[in-house]
Amino acid sequence: MTKLLYTSNDWTFDSLKIAEEAIAEIAFEELHLNIYPNQIEIISSDQMLDAYSSNGLPMMYNHWSFGKHFIQQEYNYRKGNSGLAYEIVINSSPCISYLMEENSMTMQTLVIAHAAYGHNHFFKNNYLFKQWTDAEGILDYLSFAKRYITACEEKYGTKLVEDTLDACHSIMDYGVDRYKRPPKLSKKTEQEQQEARAEYVQKQANELWSTLPNLKKDKSNVIISNTFPEEPQENLMYFIEKYSPVLESWQREVIRIVRKVAQYFYPQRQTKLMNEGWASFTHYYIMNRLWEKGMISDGNFLEFIYSHSGVLTQLNYNHKYYNGFNPYALGFDMYTDIRRICSEPTKEDEEYFPHMVGQNWLDTCLDAVQNYRDESFISQFLSPELMRKWGLFEITNKQVDNFVTVSGIQDLRGYNDVRKSLSHQYSVTENQPNIQVVNANLKGTRELKLHYVSYNNAKLDKNSAKVIDYIKYLWGYGVSID
Amino acid sequence: MSNIVDRRLNPRDKTIKNRQKFIQRSHAEIKKSVKDAIDSGHIADIENGKVKIKVKGIGEPSFGIDHKTGNKKFVMPGNDRFIVDDTQEKPKDESGGGGKTGGLGRGEDEFEFELNRDEFLQFIFEDLELPDLAKKQMKDVTKVEYKRAGYTNAGNPSQLDVVKSLKNSLGRRIGLGRPTDEELELLEAELLGLGELLEDNPHNLAAINRFAVVTERIAEIKQKRIAIPWMDPFDIRYRNFIPTPQPMTKAVMFCIMDVSGSMGQREKDLAKRFFVFLYMFLERKYEKVEIVFIRHHEVADEVDEETFFNSRESGGTVVSSALQLTKDIIKTRYNINDWNIYAAQVSDGDNYTNDGANSLKLITEILPLVQHYAYVEISSEYNSTPMAGTDLWKTYKEVEDEFSHLNMRKVKEVADIWKVFKDLFKRSVMIK
Repeated sequence: MTKLLYTSNDWTFDSLKIAEEAIAEIAFEELHLNIYPNQIEIISSDQMLDAYSSNGLPMMYNHWSFGKHFIQQEYNYRKGNSGLAYEIVINSSPCISYLMEENSMTMQTLVIAHAAYGHNHFFKNNYLFKQWTDAEGILDYLSFAKRYITACEEKYGTKLVEDTLDACHSIMDYGVDRYKRPPKLSKKTEQEQQEARAEYVQKQANELWSTLPNLKKDKSNVIISNTFPEEPQENLMYFIEKYSPVLESWQREVIRIVRKVAQYFYPQRQTKLMNEGWASFTHYYIMNRLWEKGMISDGNFLEFIYSHSGVLTQLNYNHKYYNGFNPYALGFDMYTDIRRICSEPTKEDEEYFPHMVGQNWLDTCLDAVQNYRDESFISQFLSPELMRKWGLFEITNKQVDNFVTVSGIQDLRGYNDVRKSLSHQYSVTENQPNIQVVNANLKGTRELKLHYVSYNNAKLDKNSAKVIDYIKYLWGYGVSID
Repeated sequence: MSNIVDRRLNPRDKTIKNRQKFIQRSHAEIKKSVKDAIDSGHIADIENGKVKIKVKGIGEPSFGIDHKTGNKKFVMPGNDRFIVDDTQEKPKDESGGGGKTGGLGRGEDEFEFELNRDEFLQFIFEDLELPDLAKKQMKDVTKVEYKRAGYTNAGNPSQLDVVKSLKNSLGRRIGLGRPTDEELELLEAELLGLGELLEDNPHNLAAINRFAVVTERIAEIKQKRIAIPWMDPFDIRYRNFIPTPQPMTKAVMFCIMDVSGSMGQREKDLAKRFFVFLYMFLERKYEKVEIVFIRHHEVADEVDEETFFNSRESGGTVVSSALQLTKDIIKTRYNINDWNIYAAQVSDGDNYTNDGANSLKLITEILPLVQHYAYVEISSEYNSTPMAGTDLWKTYKEVEDEFSHLNMRKVKEVADIWKVFKDLFKRSVMIK
């Protein structure tokens, strides 16, 4: 009797179900994955393009920029410049994975293992996701956001809403308190917020309220002094939402919506390498086990190997199409390396990773998934062995010189520097200028002062002036940056 | 356990709204591109659908680091030759940055995309207008249409509004305190009970008193129910319609084309291009415009769209045949009080020498009937046109001053077509 999950390479709903059950067995019993319930949805390539343009979310408020992305994606796709992803997976509960109908059965099996188990596990367990996103609530929130923005368009006109959204999008990266944990909403604070909002609505509804003397002194009036805010604020969007002298209440809500969406994506940007690596590691493990168990034919397994190695290709620095690191490849290699260090350590590993040698490799990997982000993952787990395999080398680029210098290579002297540099390459500050609110003169000129904390003496690019214009729009008064 | 769902039948084009928003947003930019596309004559594709347009991406700025500045370190893979302290010249005009992690695509420059036919036509016909359409609307308010206008208390039974009438009836009954059915039934039931009670014990004083009270009350209620009817003629409401004058927007366009032997392939091609524009324009701008296609050589006949654009003819040229047919059709089918009439004629200007006088006579008869007459002449490729103009040009020239709504233009190459077309139908014509 054949144990093969499927014989035809055209998928059917029955064969998907059978494959999914076989995957689940390995995922739970051998990899001990802990996941949100899965919702696997089959979509067409048109729908995939649709999903692309709104950052993969199943719904999103309307804005021209999504239309622009869609038009570009579609054009590139139709011209054959770029292919479509095999899947998109959404950090929600249930965890929704979109599978393209064009995929072969082998690809669908791979993709289910990759997205519905690999990514899903990462979403549910990684500390950043736990801290910053609410998988249960995101779909509800997005549908609220969509309705709210549409209602605003009807009430205040599309132009005004568009202008507000444009301005918000320009500072979308500054809507998160990076170093502060967001307070857990307790039932009490939630209730207070609800009441505050209701009271506000009441005041809006009845003008007589505004003639009453303030019963309770408004907190915001008390703390506004010349040195406000007392400490620099990094959450620019929140600051504007709270203190902008000119915004209407609906505009503040729009800022809040953009801020919440940005916050939802915040962990994804910091864990791309780990997340893709883990999903790849998961699908690789599961596909191999299915093959070993005789559930996938040799031919189909070769098909898998072919697309697996296609996705996990890393081009070298001197390749014509070199475009930085491939997060799938590096991530996958790092988890594979962790497994190697735990189970087959060399002498070098014993020196560099004494705490890992002899440990259970799966527990070590699961622990990494849970407690690290790209930056810390690299600085903790990138081994000399892997640096040699990848031929990693460090370049120093000084502004004044017209040449760059190789400052570290994959040797004993270089390991630490290279690892440190690469780790930094994945930090937030490397990819996004650090901008803070230092002063808002709310009593006088109402000018908003921003400060750019330069790293390595790098300057802001010319786009920044346009962003300042957008901030002026939201703030209503002068805005300066130094 | 996992849930597998088929979503392929879900609506596509979820982003259609966003696409529209984007097109709106880059309106000026796209319009310029569309204009360039037309001016360069590359419009062959518009009939079969899509048009490629190059648009400079509208930026979505965000704070970024100028990669040319700062001292930084970065890591790259695939070291095959370097040792520490090797140097390499900086590549020119290159950011030199290390691996960039993903994120939203930003700061793109020019990119290409396809406008579909509708979107494209929207752009090219945006500023054009069929001239003087308004004139007759104002003058001849002949058509009347009935429109809903509230309610009346007199009317045709077929227009009775039941809900409205019943609401009135209910309101009146409550207002005047008409006793309800339940009230009556309750009392009658009580009376029945009392009657049985008295049969058993005829001397029950309380029952006797109550019997009298209830009997009296029932009589009173019945009286009141008659006095306050359940439905009064006063409650009845009818839907009201009032006659509303309808502006007349019926329009007909005559497309007249010379298909004689003197019209070579080039001339026919240009003529067709002009009419294709005209046809698309009319089809788009005016839902109710009727189009009459007339082609002629020595004789003229009315044909359908397909034949007009695709068939080939040859022979001599007698323009008056077409004019005569136009006039006849106007006389028989399009009452000038009911219709706005337009005509456009394309020809190479040749006419049978003896036909001049006849054509002149007919055009002077036709011009008072129409609101606008466009004559487009296709000039010869080799500039051999006589200085004074072609036969037909000369003929029409004679009446041009008399009839300001006769517009004459010359076309020489594909690129002219759009200019002439735009010129003929630009909005300002209305103000004239």
